[in-house]
Amino acid sequence: MFAKFIYLEWKSFTRSASFASNLALKILMGFLVLYFTLVFLALGVGAFYILREMKLDPLVAINKFLIYYFVMDLVVRLLLQAIPVMNIRPFLTMPFKRPTIVHFSLGKTALSFFNLVHAFFFLPFCAVLIYEGYDMLSVLLWGTALFSLVFCNNFLNILLNNKDNLLGIFITVVLILAGCQYYKLFDITLYSYPFFEGLFKTKWVFTLPVSVMIGLYYWTYNFLKGDLYLDAGLTVKNDIAKTEQLTWLNQFGTLGTFLKNDIKLIKRNKRSKTTVGLSILFLFYGLIFFNSNSHQPPVMQIFAGIFVSGGFLFTFGQFVPSWDSSYYQLMMTQNVPYKGYLNSKWWLIVIGTIVSTILASFYLYFGWQVYLTIVAGAIYNIGVNSHLVLLGGAFTKTPIDLSMSKGAFGDKKAFNVNTMLLSIPKLVLPLLLYWLGSYIMNPKLGLAFVALAGVFGFMFRNTVFLIIEKIYKKEKYATIAAYKQKG
Amino acid sequence: MIQVNNLSKEYNGTTVLNIESLEIPKGQSFGLVGNNGAGKTTFFSLLLDLIQPTTGSILNNDIQVNASEDWKPFTASFLDESFLIGYLTPEEYFYFIGDLRGQNKADVDALLVQHEEFFNGEILKNKKYLRDLSKGNQKKVGIIATLIGNPEVIILDEPFANLDPTTVNRLKKIIKELADNPNVTVLVSSHDLQHTVEVCDRIVALNKGELVKDMPTTKETLQELELFFAV
Repeated sequence: MFAKFIYLEWKSFTRSASFASNLALKILMGFLVLYFTLVFLALGVGAFYILREMKLDPLVAINKFLIYYFVMDLVVRLLLQAIPVMNIRPFLTMPFKRPTIVHFSLGKTALSFFNLVHAFFFLPFCAVLIYEGYDMLSVLLWGTALFSLVFCNNFLNILLNNKDNLLGIFITVVLILAGCQYYKLFDITLYSYPFFEGLFKTKWVFTLPVSVMIGLYYWTYNFLKGDLYLDAGLTVKNDIAKTEQLTWLNQFGTLGTFLKNDIKLIKRNKRSKTTVGLSILFLFYGLIFFNSNSHQPPVMQIFAGIFVSGGFLFTFGQFVPSWDSSYYQLMMTQNVPYKGYLNSKWWLIVIGTIVSTILASFYLYFGWQVYLTIVAGAIYNIGVNSHLVLLGGAFTKTPIDLSMSKGAFGDKKAFNVNTMLLSIPKLVLPLLLYWLGSYIMNPKLGLAFVALAGVFGFMFRNTVFLIIEKIYKKEKYATIAAYKQKG
Repeated sequence: MIQVNNLSKEYNGTTVLNIESLEIPKGQSFGLVGNNGAGKTTFFSLLLDLIQPTTGSILNNDIQVNASEDWKPFTASFLDESFLIGYLTPEEYFYFIGDLRGQNKADVDALLVQHEEFFNGEILKNKKYLRDLSKGNQKKVGIIATLIGNPEVIILDEPFANLDPTTVNRLKKIIKELADNPNVTVLVSSHDLQHTVEVCDRIVALNKGELVKDMPTTKETLQELELFFAV
């Protein structure tokens, strides 16, 4: 039985759209995987010595913050880890026993990337602990306990999936706890530390997480098994639809027609909602750079300026026209002027950038200079980057499944040579301009240069649109064919 | 209205469609029948410039479809659900198509009232997005949307599939009405010989990409076709 399932899994893995991409991309992906593996390994090994360098007992320091580590892990999982229940449908009527199906799908989640990635950190860390003379048995028990907790999170994610608002609650709890800790009001680690410490010091404590894991496994197992019906766990939830006219957009003609559609697109689909959520995270990116004790070179501040205001631009704009992939054939047979279509997407990006810039006004706390950097970044985003993402999008032929929220962190296929080349002017050019201005006179001139580049870019809008239109037309058939293949 | 010259389409050396010449006059209701893989959808996709012909060309009202886009304003089509926008309600979808075809809300509403019977109370004001409708109801939406803005050429791929018997009869009525209009050219493809014969003035049968029958509809047509497709 299991052999058959594994055979199917292997086929689905090797035949997935992202794997079937061209050779150059595979090599690149291979390098990326290698790179991240090395980074994590280095982190696992290095963490010990870095912490010791900081005059901390590495084990104590790690134990102290494990509570945050695991809660964050759960948040990330809720956001990104897909549960494999939907693939079960075809098996229901086949001669498999239900328990087999459930055990297999649960086993499959255990092999997920979200579990394996922890091994890259914990295994080398444990190895270093043993190497540095910590008690071997204790280290092994501690490691076992931590992995049990990782798997607890794995099963919790399945149980908690599809529960609305949980994610928000978790994030809020983390933020409040972290805030309380920072301002020394309440320190959760005082309570969690003894537990993690106990995992190491006391031989039997590790049985707690292990038994919790086993308990959770059976809970999830029963949960899934009882729900294995098309009208129970395997239903697709239908939303209650409300017709919206958005008549106030009628005054903008064709632009209004498309804007209406785009607003509904963003509001009513999981994937687009996740994207907008992500773009809000970009708002806080600047905190890394503008914080007084950051060690980044000042010239990098313009990066922050670009990213803070450009969250929506980068996350949403990157996938124009893929957002419309599921009905691209319709667009191609209707009397749709490309210009109107592009224009509407452009305005959407501009509105997104302006809203981000306004929301980012809390950076005024760090002074005028900082906020001016963000405003200059916004002008550059509107004038130059908005065109560049649309241009890059013309080469992106990744169909988007709007009903899936996962995968919002970018598709592997979305990386191609063209889009990568285009990211140079997106980020490097403003950096150069800013550096040049700062070098000649002062950072203010640098900002002025960046903003001026934005204004220049804006003046060439029509030319750029014409170029994009040409590419769209040239790529039309290839795009239609690509969008027809589903993930 | 539609002229086909030396049209062929190949995929990796396999010819999937090869039509030397075909002319569909204005106002005709044209039925395309054939088995799976006969090339019906390929032909419609070529006609709508969704794929590129390997050789030859199609003229729609003297406009070569892969050279100019001027055929779009008077041509309406529904091939499959990729012509629907899943996250819109049916009403929103109709108004969107209406906007693109220069029709205001009142025009669209008038058309929808006309076809209320066809919708059978399952489409409008139903608090569902298109993606959550059943296949049959999605089809109803797609078909009626092609009527918005009085197009001169209407292309429907397999319009009878997935519809319930009552709706099939209503759809036949709609297509017959369109066929009676001398300004409207209707192109319909189907597996169902009887339905096609009932609504079309002319039937063309495709087999493995080749045009094998071309005849005006008479009393004997159905028999002849059934004989041809008999096993």
